[in-house]
Amino acid sequence: MAKAKTKGGVTTAPLNKRIWKNRELYILVLPVVIYFILFHYKPMFGLAIAFESNFNPRRGVMASGFVGFQHFITFFTGPFFLSRMWNTLRISLSMLVFGFPSPIIFALLLNELRGKIFTRTVQTVTYMPHFISMVVLCSMVREFTNSGGFINQIAMVFGYDGLSMLNKGNLFLPIYVLSGIWQSIGWDSIVYLAALTGIDMQLYEAAKIDGAGRWKQTLHVTLPGILPTIITMFIMRCGQIMSVGYEKIILLYNESIYEQSDVISTYVYRIGLVQRQYSYSTAVGLFNSVINFILVILANAISRRLTQTSLW
Amino acid sequence: MAKQKKAVVSNVIRRSKGEQIFNVFNIIIMLFMLFICAYPFWYVICASFSNADALVVSEGMLWLPAKFDLTAYNRVLQDNRIWMGYGNTLIYVFVGTFIQIIMTVLSAYFVSRQYDVPGKKFIMIMIVFTMYFQAGMIPGFLNIQDLGLYDTRWAILLPGAISTFNMVIMRTAMLSIDASMEESAQLDGASQFTILFKIMVPLTKATIAVLILYYGVAHWNSWFNAMVYLQDTSKYPLQLWLRQILIMNEMSATTDGNDSPMLGESIRYANIVVATLPILCLYPFLQKYFVKGMMVGAVKG
Repeated sequence: MAKAKTKGGVTTAPLNKRIWKNRELYILVLPVVIYFILFHYKPMFGLAIAFESNFNPRRGVMASGFVGFQHFITFFTGPFFLSRMWNTLRISLSMLVFGFPSPIIFALLLNELRGKIFTRTVQTVTYMPHFISMVVLCSMVREFTNSGGFINQIAMVFGYDGLSMLNKGNLFLPIYVLSGIWQSIGWDSIVYLAALTGIDMQLYEAAKIDGAGRWKQTLHVTLPGILPTIITMFIMRCGQIMSVGYEKIILLYNESIYEQSDVISTYVYRIGLVQRQYSYSTAVGLFNSVINFILVILANAISRRLTQTSLW
Repeated sequence: MAKQKKAVVSNVIRRSKGEQIFNVFNIIIMLFMLFICAYPFWYVICASFSNADALVVSEGMLWLPAKFDLTAYNRVLQDNRIWMGYGNTLIYVFVGTFIQIIMTVLSAYFVSRQYDVPGKKFIMIMIVFTMYFQAGMIPGFLNIQDLGLYDTRWAILLPGAISTFNMVIMRTAMLSIDASMEESAQLDGASQFTILFKIMVPLTKATIAVLILYYGVAHWNSWFNAMVYLQDTSKYPLQLWLRQILIMNEMSATTDGNDSPMLGESIRYANIVVATLPILCLYPFLQKYFVKGMMVGAVKG
């Protein structure tokens, strides 16, 4: 006789019966499990090559000699670590400081608009840049800021020397951030506009009776009303600090400005996939993934504590 | 709705001078935003219809094409790479999205089961962990080689078959369905397959539509995986061709000796128009679904 297990006071069937009962469900989830094993967990075992001398695909993972943390030490003591780390932080923190508040401000201003058709028009037009692809966005940026491009020529009116802007290292960050804001300000404001419609109208009326003008209403009713959304979005962004948009950087940078534009992930791409130093690049990538992992966990924990919402 | 209500209220109370000034400023800021967001598109359109030599010597902003000329379009429409790219992109968008929807629905169905399934927790942890930790670019690439997918279309179609974020959205939709429907179906002897495809999928089709858009657009925009995983240019998607033409300045094969050396400039703009127009034409119709998707994502983000 099979022993019945008790769980929370309720007698449940033995394990093999419970498995058999759900057999159809297991068949349904089988492709999903295979997918995760093949495309997510199998490469994690491939991380082992970060601790080997230099991985060669023809010899296989186990054939290359074990060198421990040698590649990590090479990276941390090498000339690239500090500058790539600094670029990563500089670019993502700039996106956070300038890119994060702009859709909030935009949503607040949009909310104060009166004309319905005008508001609709502004929304539709400002959502538009979101729908162009990264490649097209970057090629537009390159054309416009090139010598002879219209942004470049406008800047010349204000005393710019007219050389291609993307060949100047110190202009990379503003170009990256401004084009990012241009592409996402309208679209990212949707979340905040949704939060704004959720604010109780009685709060505004009460504030008015207390003599609050529109500015005071914004400060004491609107902002507190959308604060949970702001906090959630902010924390989610903080978790992504180490994963700057490498696709965009690869499309925008060039060799002459690596010093100001190369981040850890683009560095991994070049030494790994272009120069084929698999072991070293895997080690650098692993360092990036681990930092990222810690940041996401932290962000999620803080989010759970502050707003009772988390990624999961 | 909320905006209307507020407008009524503030019409009753007389507006102060400060508020009137603010309104004027706000409208000016919004007009400025309209201009900033729309003008680059207008510039690209004008430049693409311009005579290449006139475009190069034109200074500052364009309001109309500089010497209307269709040579650039003529060359772009003859350029096989663009049409090949379009063909491949359509394959990736349709087949890739189909695979992703099936996989996302299957995984969401499993994790949204409310009753006791041995191993459910383990599989959930297995899925969620990938949200936090990824092996990274190089092990991912070596894995594709190892699986024998390198330089095949599967290398574009299979990795990323499930976006965990989209799976969470799908799961939320499935959890919101009344469990009694499922129970009565089970009492009638319906199998899990029947419950999933005859009850769950039809009831969550609004969410599935949103996810189709999300996945489809991601495929349409993607170029990096194709660059890394594909060698054979006949499998290149449109965006990768655009990168070769627009960013790497690969010359067009269709220019001939009589063309102006500057033609490349207006050809680039014509390429942008040809590659972006379909999406921008579709987008006003799709906008509301995207917005709906954003809301779903934000609520359960």
